[in-house]
Amino acid sequence: MKIALCVKQVPDTTDIKWTENNTMKREGVESIINPYDIYALEQALKLKKMTGAEITVFTMGPLQAADMLKEIIALGADKGVLISDKKFAGSDTYATGKTVSTAIKKVLPDFDVILCGQFAVDGDTAQTGPCIANMLNIPQITYVKEINEFEQGTITATRLLDDGLEIVKVKTPALLCVLKSEFEPTRAKINDIIKAQDSEIQVVTLETLGLLPEEVGIKGSPTCVSKAFRPEVKHNCEKFFENGAETIFAKLKEIGVVK
Amino acid sequence: MSRGILLYAEVTRQGFIHTVFFELANKAVELSKKLDNAPITAVIFAQKDMIADYKDGFVKSGIDKVFVYDGFEKYSTETYTNIIVDLVREIDPEIILIGATNQGRDLAPRVSSALHTGLTADCIGLDINDKGRLAATRPTFGGQLMATILCNRDPQMATVRPKVFKPASVDNVRDTEFIYKTSDENADNVELVDFIKGLEDLKNELDSAQVIVAGGKGMKGEDGFKMLQTLADKLGGVVGASRGAVDLGIAPHTIQIGQTGKTVTPKLYIACAISGAIQHTVGITGSDYIIGINKDPNAPIFDVCDLGIVGDVFDVVPKLIDMLETI
Repeated sequence: MKIALCVKQVPDTTDIKWTENNTMKREGVESIINPYDIYALEQALKLKKMTGAEITVFTMGPLQAADMLKEIIALGADKGVLISDKKFAGSDTYATGKTVSTAIKKVLPDFDVILCGQFAVDGDTAQTGPCIANMLNIPQITYVKEINEFEQGTITATRLLDDGLEIVKVKTPALLCVLKSEFEPTRAKINDIIKAQDSEIQVVTLETLGLLPEEVGIKGSPTCVSKAFRPEVKHNCEKFFENGAETIFAKLKEIGVVK
Repeated sequence: MSRGILLYAEVTRQGFIHTVFFELANKAVELSKKLDNAPITAVIFAQKDMIADYKDGFVKSGIDKVFVYDGFEKYSTETYTNIIVDLVREIDPEIILIGATNQGRDLAPRVSSALHTGLTADCIGLDINDKGRLAATRPTFGGQLMATILCNRDPQMATVRPKVFKPASVDNVRDTEFIYKTSDENADNVELVDFIKGLEDLKNELDSAQVIVAGGKGMKGEDGFKMLQTLADKLGGVVGASRGAVDLGIAPHTIQIGQTGKTVTPKLYIACAISGAIQHTVGITGSDYIIGINKDPNAPIFDVCDLGIVGDVFDVVPKLIDMLETI
């Protein structure tokens, strides 16, 4: 079995500082693996345990993202593919889907499963996964809580939805978008981290993919950001430093929550 | 006249039209006025004999035309995608709006990708700019930044977060035309084996709750959340949590409120030991009245509160529970 795992390097959003022009202060902002992708990796490792699958991890980003791929190899993935070219910069979800799906077709044409995180914490779009599935013309399962079973080319998975859990079966090849779950992700062992430093990362460029420059990056993106702004806040909060419980109690009576 | 706005009418598991559709419809009526009264069309996958039940909803919310696909009641990402793509090629709308529900967010990127166009996810604002294009505003970076997105191809697509726009008023009555369509699409690669209701009941409670008592990282542990449950019970409300608390593992992610959780609109929201990162507050600002309790007088939660209590939740909340017990 062959698994393509798609990951994204994102700025640590819990830690973002903004300039007055609403651009991100880049200095001191750490790049991390998108947290949802860690759970996709967990599911990939689960499939690997069940079937002895080989995991190839794909990411699109600058050359520095190779370090992240090595980190994921240290956690149990087998190979890393870095889709990197200055011409890919500014891609929206459509252009990203096109670039990543083309790379998977080139590098791992006989894949059985593609795993992605459900969201990336920087964009929160949850779109790239389904875009890749559509471009590769394979079924998709979104909101995957966990993979239950793999048997005779069919994956059984549990989806966590707003109104309950769905158990679904899908024939491979298929793409699954994985949610965060309750369990603690695996931590890399020091030996594996050292070993992973020597692993070779395959770099894929626009030329390798055989796409046209106008099909990728900003030019290949139907959408663009026309304006960015910080959300407004209201500043009419009445603050009390003492008698908290009494103050709330009185207010609850006033607004009719307590009779 | 402009080419029109197409809305997706999602049918819920219980067989109702999802409430977000009426919010989309209301917005579409507003956008249509800025687009030379563009016709508003809806697509629904439902049995023909159910349409009698749904009809009123369409007629009163300003829909000009409804395309009904009978025989496709079971949701299938690929089948629905193929049918919608065919319909879009036929009626050529300039805008497509879909609710940002689980189903909508599964379906929309598949449709946009098949149509080789862009999609703006989980929007909280829609407008038509001076060039007649859809300006879709959405939170990014966990709600810390708002971005207005334009799409240079047609159709321009957006998924819209439920409960952000007001539902259609009943006075947009139109002479709605219902068109029954068939399709031989049958791309059934996914089989639904089982559905287990219940686990997410808490989340649904959050949807309709009049009072929400939510806790953050500062609740320290599950005992802290038990205390909030007691307070919520006294007020006839339910408990919610910030992402910080969920990430710490002291609250289940089913009750998470904010950018990556639920958007809530209760009458009263009490934020306990929640610092108020924008990723949380973006999900609560639709509440009628917000009370914050936090030790830090400069906590950003107070920026969105109506009443701020600077103090320790473990001091304030038990006292409040005692006071509520005496009535």
